[in-house]
Amino acid sequence: MNLLVSAMALLMACAAFVIYDLATFRDVITRNLSVQAQMLGSNSVAAIMFADPNSAESTLAALREAPTVVAAAVYSGDGKMFAAYRRDRAVPVPMTAETVGNELERHWYSAGTLKLVRRIFFQGQPMGFIFIESDLEALNSRLRRYLFISALVLLGSMAAASAASAALTDAVVKPISALAEAARAVALRKDCPVRVDTTGPLNELAMMGDAFNNMLDQIERRDRELLAARDHLELRVEQRTAELAAANKELESFSYSVSHDLRAPLRSIDGFSQALLEDYGDKFDAEARGHFERIRAATRRMGVLIDDLLNLAQVTRADMRREPVDLSAIARSVAADIRKSDGERRVECVIGDGIEAEGDPRLLRVVMDNLLRNAWKYTSKHPTARIEFGQTQMNGGRPVLFVRDDGAGFDPAYAGKLFGAFQRLHGAADFPGTGVGLATVHRILQRHGGRIWAEAEVEKGATFYFVV
Amino acid sequence: MNDDAILLVEDNADDEALTLRALKHNQIKNEVIVARDGLQAVQYLFGEGDYAGRDLEHMPQVILLDLKLPKLDGFEVLKRIRSDERTRYLPVVILTTSNEEMDRLKGYGLGANSYVRKPVEFTEFIQAVKQLGLYWLLLNQNAPPGRM
Repeated sequence: MNLLVSAMALLMACAAFVIYDLATFRDVITRNLSVQAQMLGSNSVAAIMFADPNSAESTLAALREAPTVVAAAVYSGDGKMFAAYRRDRAVPVPMTAETVGNELERHWYSAGTLKLVRRIFFQGQPMGFIFIESDLEALNSRLRRYLFISALVLLGSMAAASAASAALTDAVVKPISALAEAARAVALRKDCPVRVDTTGPLNELAMMGDAFNNMLDQIERRDRELLAARDHLELRVEQRTAELAAANKELESFSYSVSHDLRAPLRSIDGFSQALLEDYGDKFDAEARGHFERIRAATRRMGVLIDDLLNLAQVTRADMRREPVDLSAIARSVAADIRKSDGERRVECVIGDGIEAEGDPRLLRVVMDNLLRNAWKYTSKHPTARIEFGQTQMNGGRPVLFVRDDGAGFDPAYAGKLFGAFQRLHGAADFPGTGVGLATVHRILQRHGGRIWAEAEVEKGATFYFVV
Repeated sequence: MNDDAILLVEDNADDEALTLRALKHNQIKNEVIVARDGLQAVQYLFGEGDYAGRDLEHMPQVILLDLKLPKLDGFEVLKRIRSDERTRYLPVVILTTSNEEMDRLKGYGLGANSYVRKPVEFTEFIQAVKQLGLYWLLLNQNAPPGRM
């Protein structure tokens, strides 16, 4: 292929050179013929003047010395042939002079010969014409010689090139294809036991082979390191998983114990306090009975606290489903429940239609229950209240839902504490509660990949925004 | 020994006293047999160990069973009760502090007749015991003994 291309290039160069040279040579021939015509014309002037054709013919006969001239003729001023010369009989000489027109001289090629006509002047007076015809044998032989030389050069250079190419193949191509072969093997087999032979002469290719081998060494080393790291990582993941499982189990048994063992003493405290009151009530004065009431109230509160805490733990552990949930329906049902248990108050509940979310229906009910009960609770000091559940679209794709009330609100400076367990922004005397509700809501929404935040102003109400 | 005795399986002395008080409060005068761990309960029911030679014709009207018990836990006791011909149809009320879904599911799965959570407030507990007494001791008709 490469050989073919270089041959073509060489051929083109030869052709261009030959064409240029032939064109130049043609000019030279024409000029020579013109000079001959001028000389013959001047020498024929006397013969024309004295009407001596024999003299003119002998002048023309001198052309025998010019082997390329095929024929020549002298014409008188009226265009009649005066004298002629033929190298061979066979070559016809035109019987009338070609018209030259206004030009002094004209030449043209026809039938493989160059023909030239020139006016003859003597002291400014036109005397006649001279015609001279030359064959192109010189040109053709030159062309033949050129072709021969070109062919010779081409063959020689081709031979040299293929010799060089063979040498190159050994020195360059073979190592490179060995390198490519090795690279392909590495790519295919995904491991690197292959190495390139670099025992040849020390040159750039050998260096490249060395570099390639080095690279393979490094890749192998990295592979080994990576595998080791992965094994190590797997081991660590296994360990961590086991630790986590153990911690989870511990947490589970912890909350189980809390549920069982922490409540049992409370039952005793409450039960025996009441037993004391019942059995020995008449021996206690009003103050002592008040103390008993305080003990019992504290016990109850602790019981609620434990239950809330267990709920929070439950929310974290419980298996989660994901399905479309009609939050509007849940909100309505929760609102009805609250109203049933505390129907005295004048509260307007506005619940938006068609609010849906994707999540666990039981857990999302816990969210709605907590948020609506909170709204109900924190509006309790106002004679009338308005609680609203709706959705806005301010968070790009997922709708932002909100529960808004016009109750006690809170100082926005403490908004960050809202969602921590046992964090409360109001005293238990103002609003009862354990501070676990919003922590539970927060955790549920977190498990759904959502979030919650709040905006509020003291005595102007609060709005809890959330994304499921 | 009456056929309308109550078997109370309870390891916590406070809870035992409070349960007895709640029963008394509700004028439930049935005999109460107290087993302080799961093993004792099983021994009583099948006349083994301390109760060897007990007349097994007499079975309690209802068993109030705590879950967290030393030696054999409540579930184990329930399993033994349900797997023995003589006690298979005895009414068992799980009376426990636990409100774990898992426990409720397991309790019913093993064949408990009721699952009652002991409330923290004693007044509520008295109410619960009253309901239990009304239902299991007066209203409910047990399966005839020794026929199956």
